[in-house]
Amino acid sequence: MAQAPVETVEAMAQEPELRRRDFINIGAVAFAGVGAVAVVAPLVLQMAPSADVLAEATTEVDLSKIMPGQAIKAVYRKSPLFVRHLTPDEINKANAVPLGELRDPESLAQRTKPGKSEWLITMGVCTHLGCVPLGAGEGETRGEFGGYFCPCHGSTYDTAARIRKGPAPKNLQVPDYVFRTDTTIEVGAKA
Amino acid sequence: MSFPWAADYAPKHPLMRYLDEKLPLPRLVYNAVGAGYPVPRNLNYFWNFGVLAGVALVIQIITGIVLAMHYRADAGIAFNSVEHIMRDVNAGWFLRYTHATGASMFFIVLYTHIFRGLYYGSYKPPREVVWLLGVVIFLLTMATAFMGYVLPWGQMSFWGAQVITGFFSAIPLVGDGIRVWLLGGYAPDAAALNRFFSLHYLLPFVILGAVILHIWALHIPGSNNPTGVEVKGPQDTVPFHPYYTAKDGFGLGVFLIVFAALMFFAPNYLGHPDNYIAANPLSTPAHIVPEWYFLPFYAILKSFTSNFLWVPAKLWGVLAMFSSILLMFFLPWLDRSPVRSANYRPVYKWFFWVLVVDVLILGYCGGAHPSNKIVVISQLCTMYYFAHFLLILPLVSLLERPLPLPNSISESVLHGEAQEAAPYGVATAPVAAPAE
Repeated sequence: MAQAPVETVEAMAQEPELRRRDFINIGAVAFAGVGAVAVVAPLVLQMAPSADVLAEATTEVDLSKIMPGQAIKAVYRKSPLFVRHLTPDEINKANAVPLGELRDPESLAQRTKPGKSEWLITMGVCTHLGCVPLGAGEGETRGEFGGYFCPCHGSTYDTAARIRKGPAPKNLQVPDYVFRTDTTIEVGAKA
Repeated sequence: MSFPWAADYAPKHPLMRYLDEKLPLPRLVYNAVGAGYPVPRNLNYFWNFGVLAGVALVIQIITGIVLAMHYRADAGIAFNSVEHIMRDVNAGWFLRYTHATGASMFFIVLYTHIFRGLYYGSYKPPREVVWLLGVVIFLLTMATAFMGYVLPWGQMSFWGAQVITGFFSAIPLVGDGIRVWLLGGYAPDAAALNRFFSLHYLLPFVILGAVILHIWALHIPGSNNPTGVEVKGPQDTVPFHPYYTAKDGFGLGVFLIVFAALMFFAPNYLGHPDNYIAANPLSTPAHIVPEWYFLPFYAILKSFTSNFLWVPAKLWGVLAMFSSILLMFFLPWLDRSPVRSANYRPVYKWFFWVLVVDVLILGYCGGAHPSNKIVVISQLCTMYYFAHFLLILPLVSLLERPLPLPNSISESVLHGEAQEAAPYGVATAPVAAPAE
């Protein structure tokens, strides 16, 4: 702190350790600090998704037209969503893999809804660096494990969209979704 | 910079000494707003308003940058994007109301700061350049405020843009061409809105640069003070920190309380409801007026109603309005009185208050419906406004007999008791000995 020239040594000697003025000073600066934090809050919060973005945060998908073996791409939260109708063969292949061999161990049952294990709903966002993997579109390669293949850095996913090879750390993310009827799902809904 | 007795920056910590050698930023701060900047000891609360204007500018820049993250400068969606900010963006209402109220608070502070300068003669040598830079800042702030008001693209925004750019069409021969060039079209539209947004984002940083020059120029002679008497020795000053940081801090607290009261309880009090109607190029609102801070100048514009000396009324109005501000550039040479503070100028003091009232009446007339009575009042007040600067000030400075000035600031503070003139703790300093 800067010294004030009007204060002499004698004057200082008469002062108690903690003066009234020190208390006011600390109180005022502390209060200003609280105010500053209160002002920073809206400046930070405004960057979070606004109400209109959150309002579009669920997507309905009609499953009735998707044949076994087929997949479609939908959009959920402005990101690609893969909706895939697994064949019994693909289900068997997924269930045959011992969980201990997997980088991100999850069974097909954990990644689908009970009794609906033919419907594999995942985000179409590679967990490595966010590219869209191939395999959901007509005629696209599905990689050596028959699931998805990311062309950016070669991550390869199996028929449960679990990471099997390449740099990605995690399985393709399964979003929250609910079966509204036997043939429609609402993605983003929790119940 | 500053006085010879200014405390020297002497960092104790080795890291601060190292920094002082490589990048003496702490030294700059210490010498500008720290203990190394001696300030007259008798400044009253009117001297808070410079700091408050700086804070108002910073508030506008911060909230403005954040609003620009959500606003869209497209004539088709600008209005709705402002409503999006109000309804959807987290704390968007808070940010927009702070920015809108902040503009009014900025001008309240700015006008008080300007009239402080007029009352205490802060525009006189050796501070002319400080004043000139201040007028530049004022003009830039007006331009920025106008362009910001256009951005919500409501009815007042649109017709404000139409009217203000219409000023330029008053210029003989090339006027219409200049207006079309400024707007990038024949009426305000997408092109105008986009360029106003670009400039509204740029100009505050230009203002910030001009503010730095304003403060730099101020720190060479140092602050004026309520007596207008020059600082004569160390007994006349106290260090900026902690004395004026504390005083400005208190003033800042009061300012923010007023700001918050207006912002939370009456955010639209100073605005116009018509601006919550989307811009309609086919219908002018019944009563179109600028924001309150432009009203006195708007009254001057409206007070010219007939052609005179072969010059059309429209051109007279525009010339008068711009001259009323440009006049400020000549003020240091129009008022020749060597006495700065109106406290010691009995005649000027009266005329100062008459000018304040005159500007307030102009402000009222600027906002009123232009009936015959209002037009006549604005004409008289406009005449008086120009007479104040061009006739009254030069004459008063010639004829007035000022009151005796105190020998020094410290003497005036201590009611002229010479022996007490040296404050506690610096008794050895020469009393009332001119340092020049």
